[in-house]
Amino acid sequence: MTTKAPVWKAGEELPSITLPPVTRLDLIKYAGASGDFNPIHTIDEAAARAGLPGVIAHGMLTMAVMGRLFSPYFGHGFIQRFQTRFTGMVFVGDVLTVGGRVQGVEASDRGDLYSFDVFARNQKGETVASGRVEFLVCRD
Amino acid sequence: MWQSLVGSRSRPVINWVERGAVRKFAEAIGDLNPLYLDEEVAKKSRYRRLIAPPTFPQTFDYGTIEGLRLPESGLIHGEQRFDYVRPLFVGEEIHCYRVFQDMYEKKGSRGRLTFLVFSRVGEDRKGETLFKTRDVIIVTETVLKEWTE
Repeated sequence: MTTKAPVWKAGEELPSITLPPVTRLDLIKYAGASGDFNPIHTIDEAAARAGLPGVIAHGMLTMAVMGRLFSPYFGHGFIQRFQTRFTGMVFVGDVLTVGGRVQGVEASDRGDLYSFDVFARNQKGETVASGRVEFLVCRD
Repeated sequence: MWQSLVGSRSRPVINWVERGAVRKFAEAIGDLNPLYLDEEVAKKSRYRRLIAPPTFPQTFDYGTIEGLRLPESGLIHGEQRFDYVRPLFVGEEIHCYRVFQDMYEKKGSRGRLTFLVFSRVGEDRKGETLFKTRDVIIVTETVLKEWTE
């Protein structure tokens, strides 16, 4: 957590996060915590029946990981809008990196509303998810 | 088959933002923010209580839309959006429902794609909206054929 309210400039990048390789246990844990038990995320046979080479991560897990970019600033504001398009699949063993860049800022009566482009990429540099976040830094 | 159901919604279901569920979710997404987990830290924060991670509404029960049937497998989650009025607080009660908002088709390189658009809504006890989602689900021609046969 940061102690001072963040001030970002357009074009500035958030510190990116690279995760350890995705494990099947990560997916089992997320299934349990989220209640999404679609077996293509946990069971090889179900993934194979769906024509996949292996189990794939929940898109919502990738989105949650992109949300972590903003977690250090939740003492000063919150995500007002979080939009993601899922553009690729994430397999066990993939190494994801998430990042974001400031697009702009608008002052409102509640505070400064920053907009960010956010992404998740795999070890090959392929974008698996991309989107936009609007983060409101609240005025005290 | 789905067109006639556009506009229908589920009956609201009461959910609670449970502390243990928030902890489990935070652990599963690798985001151990003390504002989710540590009451002492949370007490000194702007909200003076524990909050939930942004995608936590994923865990809620939104009820089912009567008459709406979907293929059990092969659905693609194309797009997701959340709009929030404020963070959700641990311990609060949230009334959740889902609306089937739209349906349209597009020609893709591997055949016809059907897009189903849902919105999930969370309200407080007074009926004030706390968050809203937009969920886009894609059904491929292959999945649709197998399912309807």
